Amino acid sequence: RDPFWLCLILLFAVLLGFYSASPSTLSPALSTLFSSLSERDCHLDTCRIPEVPRYQRSHLWAVSVRVDVLVMTPWFAPIIWDGTFDSAILDAQFRNITVGLTVFAIKKYVVFLKLFLETAEKHFMVGHKVNYYVFTDQPANVPQIPLQEGRQVVVLEVRNYKRWQDISMHRMEMISNFSQQRFLREVHYLVCLDVDMKFSDHVGVEILAPLFGTLHPGFYRGDRQSFTYERRPLSQAYIPRDEGDFYYAGGFFGGSVPEVYRLTMACHQVMMADQANGIEAVWHDESHLNRYLLYHKPSKVLSPEYLWDEHMLQRPPLLRKLRYVAVPKNHAEIRNR
Amino acid sequence: MKLQYKGEKPFQPVTPSQYPQPKLLEQKPTELLTLTPWLAPIVSEGTFDPELLHRIYQPLNLTVGVTVFAVGKYTQFVQHFLESAEQFFMQGFRVHYYVFTNDPTAIPRVRLGSGRLASIIPIQGHSRWEEISTRRMETISQHIAERAHREIDYLFCLDVDMVFRNPWGPETLGDLVAAIHPGYFAVPRQQFPYERRPLSTAFVAGGEGDFYYGGAVFGGRVARVYDFTRGCHMGILADKANGIMAAWQEESHLNRRFISHKPSKVLSPEYLWDDRKPQPPSLKLIRFSTLDKDTDWLRS
Repeated sequence: RDPFWLCLILLFAVLLGFYSASPSTLSPALSTLFSSLSERDCHLDTCRIPEVPRYQRSHLWAVSVRVDVLVMTPWFAPIIWDGTFDSAILDAQFRNITVGLTVFAIKKYVVFLKLFLETAEKHFMVGHKVNYYVFTDQPANVPQIPLQEGRQVVVLEVRNYKRWQDISMHRMEMISNFSQQRFLREVHYLVCLDVDMKFSDHVGVEILAPLFGTLHPGFYRGDRQSFTYERRPLSQAYIPRDEGDFYYAGGFFGGSVPEVYRLTMACHQVMMADQANGIEAVWHDESHLNRYLLYHKPSKVLSPEYLWDEHMLQRPPLLRKLRYVAVPKNHAEIRNR
Repeated sequence: MKLQYKGEKPFQPVTPSQYPQPKLLEQKPTELLTLTPWLAPIVSEGTFDPELLHRIYQPLNLTVGVTVFAVGKYTQFVQHFLESAEQFFMQGFRVHYYVFTNDPTAIPRVRLGSGRLASIIPIQGHSRWEEISTRRMETISQHIAERAHREIDYLFCLDVDMVFRNPWGPETLGDLVAAIHPGYFAVPRQQFPYERRPLSTAFVAGGEGDFYYGGAVFGGRVARVYDFTRGCHMGILADKANGIMAAWQEESHLNRRFISHKPSKVLSPEYLWDDRKPQPPSLKLIRFSTLDKDTDWLRS
């Protein structure tokens, strides 16, 4: 007799497991209610006989995969976190595109290229065509690394500047110049990245949009008053204390070539205006980027999964993946030499 | 006929303004899904800031078109449709209604606000209501090619036997927009009334499908709507040649096409509701819904 009761309990447990296993199935009672509501005028030859409910993927009443974070801005830009997107669908939608990646390796920063490119080969837009545009003042020092099919390195020789702040800021000018001269004809999207970083997980077409920015890892929790926007009205990058959506990172932005051209051109022009007025924004090109994205809202926003620094920040549970992370460097050593 | 595509409008600057900062670390779970797995927003009350969107879209000087078909006894719905649209549809935008009818004399003159026009376009009537229904895709695509592409930026194709009850604004604008059918939003995909006969071009296999979209509401940028309606029309023609009519006529073809050409924005059932159904608490604001009517008589 004992095995009989055991079987009954087991059966009950299995049934319980079946109905509660997936967060996206409704309780049996509720789903019966709604399927009866779904009946409407029905031609005899096309009436459907309802089947036993089974697990399905897209369901309007599904509990959102991420309930711990905001996944969409009030202007409908998706905020990209692990779990919000299906790579299979997106790769199919974005087949036949070429992505341009811009990276600046000036003076001592050439030392970061090898790890940057090697990890990009493993994680960045895998399966799609990629052009790495490496801006450098030392073309001979660009490492040769093995590349997957459909991917190439294009070395663009540019001048250097004495101050690291100027190197950083003139990236805007250089990207805008080359956008017009060649990127427009060669790629569909541009991704503009810092070089002193490495890829540690998937970075794919889920990021692509007409215009996108990335949440700076130091400020994703904060209030707009605490964002390190430029606060002096004299600067073109000025943002008042009661304005601002997010604090975007200067090291990861992008979009379609025309939109990136507009952004980089605009930022370069206002930086020149500031220079003429004898002022330099507190975080240089990043300050100007933030102003631009406040008034030209991005169509996608990347979560701090897409730009993180493990040495400076404690990784919270809401970061399920770290995709693009800082490589430790000695600031004094590497800058201005 | 090749349609010339106007091309993406560059991002216009939004004027500085005060509104609450978006809260990144939301603690309360959302009741309705707000994003599809292909990152298309699902629009419902609370997911957007209407004032912010208005400020983004207003300066673009857009004209939004609407097509409705009022054939046979359906002409009686035009007045109520247009009057409610005048109250709730795209307030503050330029709007152009295209009313397709077999009986222009039966279309009442409705007072329209400034910047809003209505054109009455004669079409052929048919004895079978299914025939009327399946010709809409063809009519819309021809109309876009011949005329509408010059007059409007965005187009919504709506059923006429419906009424606007609450604001329908720029939150609905997108490249290609679909609306979730009110009868099937809580139903697993195996129960969606897709066309299941492989002979039809609208055939959807068992494991396929995202949402079941309603044929009464779809839209987008005019060039995308042209491609979409043309594609559906081709499928309908092929079926006709094979002597088959899909289970739910053009709605079946629309659903087939939205699987392979996924919408860039999805409207929750707030934007396509059936008043006969009890309103669930998670649908906060019904904006567009059916009128209670005697379908058998209408279709006779």
